[in-house]
Amino acid sequence: MIRIRIDDKHFGNAQVLGRVHFDIAPGECVALVGPSGIGKSTVLRILAGTDEAFTGHVDRPERMAVVFQEPTLLPWRSVLQNLTLVHPDLGTAGARAALDRVGLAGKETLFPGQLSLGQQRRLALARGFATPPDLLIMDEPFASLDPETAERMLALTESLMATTRPATLFVTHDRAEAERLADRILRLDGAPATLAETT
Amino acid sequence: MRISTERATSPRTVTVLSILLLGALWVVAAALTADPQVLPSPFALAAPFRQELANGELLYHLGQTVVRVLWAFALAMGLGIALGLVMGRSEAVNRWLDPWLVIFLNLPALVLIVLCYLWIGLTETAAIAAVTLNKIPNVTTVIREGARAMDPQLDAMARIYRMSWRRRMAHIVLPQLAPFITAAARSGIAVIWKIVLVVEFLGRSSGIGFQIHLYFQLFDVAMVLVYALSFICVMLLVEWLVLQPWERRVRRWRQA
Repeated sequence: MIRIRIDDKHFGNAQVLGRVHFDIAPGECVALVGPSGIGKSTVLRILAGTDEAFTGHVDRPERMAVVFQEPTLLPWRSVLQNLTLVHPDLGTAGARAALDRVGLAGKETLFPGQLSLGQQRRLALARGFATPPDLLIMDEPFASLDPETAERMLALTESLMATTRPATLFVTHDRAEAERLADRILRLDGAPATLAETT
Repeated sequence: MRISTERATSPRTVTVLSILLLGALWVVAAALTADPQVLPSPFALAAPFRQELANGELLYHLGQTVVRVLWAFALAMGLGIALGLVMGRSEAVNRWLDPWLVIFLNLPALVLIVLCYLWIGLTETAAIAAVTLNKIPNVTTVIREGARAMDPQLDAMARIYRMSWRRRMAHIVLPQLAPFITAAARSGIAVIWKIVLVVEFLGRSSGIGFQIHLYFQLFDVAMVLVYALSFICVMLLVEWLVLQPWERRVRRWRQA
């Protein structure tokens, strides 16, 4: 079980988060929605373990994966290496299969800069699902894409989630996306922000 | 088909022409001086060059200097990169070490050399230590800038995916630092060999600097030029055969 128990988070003198307590069950997808600037990404960083300056505690699994809004790839390594360097036990065959699942077969030797933004996002998605994680963290993975590309990404994410079923925290400002992907929607609101469960 | 009459001169041709121009200036200056004791013409250097090559002196002293340059370069780059990386990543460490860096940056090379010889003795260790200490602050300053400019998002990605320290260094940190490392290496090697010469001039009995000291006392301008130019040729070879190909390799992904 993944447990988030945030009691207090300050940036300088400003308290941004109050009591934010929730659990994510294995295989469950929890969406975190709320207006921009409310502190959704702060909750995400605390859960991921990249921000440790807060009051409270978090139980998280060993194997985590992340899909950011920006693709966050290694531009100086090939498409294939972007998977194998992050997942050493995946192997070349496994990496090729992962690329195939997101429609990037044949692009192995290119550098990420030679891909379109949509393809870079799909590569980031492939990296997230390449070895099934125990916790998947997604931060606005469909933001600033044109509607058609966003729809394809969303459908792809749905199918990847259906096969691997990781526990997921999905941060978005788009209610429709949240309702489509998530089993449960949490809403962050107020100042300092606290949780209001809506579904 | 359009026939273009004006063709841009290739970069290689420009390099050759520019060096030939410098040589021509030298010939003219030597002719105007009209005193081979003060400024011999480039052609007058051929005979002493062949002589030094034949009796083995040139290669021996060249080798001694190259070994010192390589040692000092490797030590200064290694320590400078490590220090710059730590200082660029940690504000606390930076606050503590920054005053030291400023002091060492402004300490004249000559002072460090003399102090190393006085404290350690007229030894090889003292010579290499003096050169290394002179160069570390510059490398550190450049690498610190690079470390500050690194992408925090890539860092977060690597931490969440639990990439090992070695993989992070090899595939995330060093590729981002590569342009800064090349800049530090290029200015580093040029400064290092100049300081090595001073170190040899002051307290070694081998190397290009020692030979220049010797021929300075004999007022033999031709020999001073032979030794200096030989080493410049070695440095040009390093630039063309090592630094530039390596730079092209690490920049490959940008051009793709």
